[in-house]
Amino acid sequence: MNVNLQDNFFSIFQLPVSYQVEPLVLDDRYRDLQRNVHPDKHVGASDQDKRLAMQWATVINEAYTTLKSPLKRAIYILKLKSCEIEHNPTLPGEFLMAQIELREELEDIGDDAGSLARLAVFKGKIASGLAALELDFAAQIDDQLAAAEQTTYKMQFMHKLYSEADRLEEKLLGY
Amino acid sequence: MALLQITEPGQAVDPHQRKRAAGIDLGTTNSLIASVRNGQAATLPDADGQHLLPSVVRYLADNTVVVGAPALAAASEDPLNTIVSVKRLMGRGIKDIETLGERLPYEFIETQGMPRFSVVSGQVSPVEASAEILKTLVQRGEETLGGELDGVVITVPAYFDDAQRQATRDAAKLAGLNVYRLLNEPTAAAVAYGLDTGAEGVIAVYDLGGGTFDISLLRLNRGVFEVLATGGNSALGGDDFDRRIAEWLISEAGFSEQITHSQSRLLMTEARRIKEQLSTNDSVEIKINSDNFHYQGVLTRVQFDALVGGLVADSLKACRRVVRDAGLTNADIQSVVLVGGSTRVPLVRSQVRDFFETEPLSDIDPDKVVAVGAAIQANILAGNKPDAEMLLLDVLPLSLGLETVGGLVEKIIHRNTAIPISKAQEFTTYKDGQTAMLIHVVQGERERVVDCRSLARFELRGIPAMVAGAARIAVMFQVDADGLMSVSAMELSTGVEAQIVVKPSYGLSDVEITEMLKASFEFAAEDIRLRSLTEAQVDGRSVLDAVAAALAKDGAALLSAAEIGEIETAMADLQRVIDSESNTSILDATAKLGAASDHFAALRMNASVKQALSGHQIEEFEIGQKD
Repeated sequence: MNVNLQDNFFSIFQLPVSYQVEPLVLDDRYRDLQRNVHPDKHVGASDQDKRLAMQWATVINEAYTTLKSPLKRAIYILKLKSCEIEHNPTLPGEFLMAQIELREELEDIGDDAGSLARLAVFKGKIASGLAALELDFAAQIDDQLAAAEQTTYKMQFMHKLYSEADRLEEKLLGY
Repeated sequence: MALLQITEPGQAVDPHQRKRAAGIDLGTTNSLIASVRNGQAATLPDADGQHLLPSVVRYLADNTVVVGAPALAAASEDPLNTIVSVKRLMGRGIKDIETLGERLPYEFIETQGMPRFSVVSGQVSPVEASAEILKTLVQRGEETLGGELDGVVITVPAYFDDAQRQATRDAAKLAGLNVYRLLNEPTAAAVAYGLDTGAEGVIAVYDLGGGTFDISLLRLNRGVFEVLATGGNSALGGDDFDRRIAEWLISEAGFSEQITHSQSRLLMTEARRIKEQLSTNDSVEIKINSDNFHYQGVLTRVQFDALVGGLVADSLKACRRVVRDAGLTNADIQSVVLVGGSTRVPLVRSQVRDFFETEPLSDIDPDKVVAVGAAIQANILAGNKPDAEMLLLDVLPLSLGLETVGGLVEKIIHRNTAIPISKAQEFTTYKDGQTAMLIHVVQGERERVVDCRSLARFELRGIPAMVAGAARIAVMFQVDADGLMSVSAMELSTGVEAQIVVKPSYGLSDVEITEMLKASFEFAAEDIRLRSLTEAQVDGRSVLDAVAAALAKDGAALLSAAEIGEIETAMADLQRVIDSESNTSILDATAKLGAASDHFAALRMNASVKQALSGHQIEEFEIGQKD
């Protein structure tokens, strides 16, 4: 079996299409792939080879970033199963209520001596919520596609919340 | 491995023919050139045994240009014609220079946003002044290595944005150099240390140069140097330490008059001397008598530490941020490398040690380490070390984004993304019947356009008139391995396309560069014709060699007999014209061979990718055992 630029990211990394990815294996294969395709390995080559090297290195970087991130990986697997993510999904009322509460909690963190500590607790809570959703997704993806899609939307919400917490942290730290 | 050899046709022909390759550290205060000779990377001295070339360029009335120590010696007597620390102005506009807030002793002329120095022999851009420094170094390199350089690696601060990188590339072009790669200075330093010590794990490179501060975290793994995160401040450096001392001198002397250009230069030179002495002494005696400026006194290390403490704290703040960006803690960092002459300041060393809780490494001269690392990389890229395992994986230092409604930035590629990378983003029109769209590319982390650096604006025309929100405009960013960006845009329903290479608002246009090149070489028409014929022949032969080698190796395995025949026909056609005087038929036949072998090249690259992971079963097993 040969490998093509258009192949799916799992094939390029010679991994089965699965939500479970061993990070160390991924890192290792990433380095091995770049060792062969990176433009620095083709400096003396023809323009043709240089262009191909650049295309491959770009695709491998994108594949690595996608497979490494739990959220991007989930969206990508759904896409491979012909399930395109919606921009304005409908989510259960109780999940949305919980989101509103979490948002209020984030807004109440404020800017005083205890803010950073409260923020750390908050981030921990979101991180464990995300970890639970990742387990859900892994259990659902094989035979409950609709449920896996819903879980992905929830991940997106939590991920966005986490990024906002990150931004607040950067602000509190004075970056 | 065999596939990689195909890309080195010169080597296949004559394995003993080494390429002349060099690493260049184009620094704010000093510049260096280094090369690998007899397996050892070292900086090259000039005829007087000096390794450091002061990055100072002086223009004289008779059009001669003086670079280095003699120019530096004239800096305070002839400040207007002597350009110091030109690196700080690379890729910058007049406004940026004003916000640097320094006492720059030059007279500027602004042309199309780009500043030019007004000197006695005319106008000079920062790019041209940098090219003079490069030419001086290259001459030194050619004298030492015994011939024209095949290629160089030039280092830039990791934190340099697209405009600053482009300006550096332009300077190299003006100096007539073949640039293999722009290499980030901290990565170069890590290479110099990494190969020396065989270190594995995460290392931090703290690089306090004359005008810039960089902090980078790299992971070393079996020869692969992976940049995890990089940050810093492109307007913080050793010059700022000098400036703090100069300001202190002015205040202590109770001097209230206007400082002249010449006094400003004198004070900065004196300040640098004081700073350097305070690295080894607890106090320095000062005596200045110049025109109406008189001061006599003492500056102690303790006083100096208080003057510059804020600057060191600023650098540590950037360190804290980069550790966080990489998703690490200080405990994950095995070693810290010091780069840049300013890391000799004792306060810097002690603060860095306290911050990372490890004694920083400085065994390689902090002034030379970057050039040494660049030389190692240049030697490998030249193909002099075909079995080298080393590979440098770099990241985009600053986020790229587009201006959206309300002067806000929509980020397209985030900082610390591995490069090369491309990213497409869809946009739409916001008015009914809108047929054109201005695309404004910016670089930086802030939310508002005015707080980021403007890289370029370009217009996508001919969008079919539709209701607001109906057009689908895909904007594609491509960042290459040098960190340089190109952008293209397309309206998806009609296929209307606009493509530009992002040229910084403050850079030189290609036309300007070509003109400067012509002026500097003063080629006669016949020379140009001969030169381009020779180039076409050389290019044609190297394509022939490469395709022949590839066919011999992989032709039978990857191609049908008919496909091989087609390529061989194109080879024969090129062979027939290669020694002719006809530039156009050589170029034409070379292009046809390129087209005929396109598919083959893609197949070989695919096979190479597949081969990269052959034997991965064993690795999986090893990882399993480690766990």
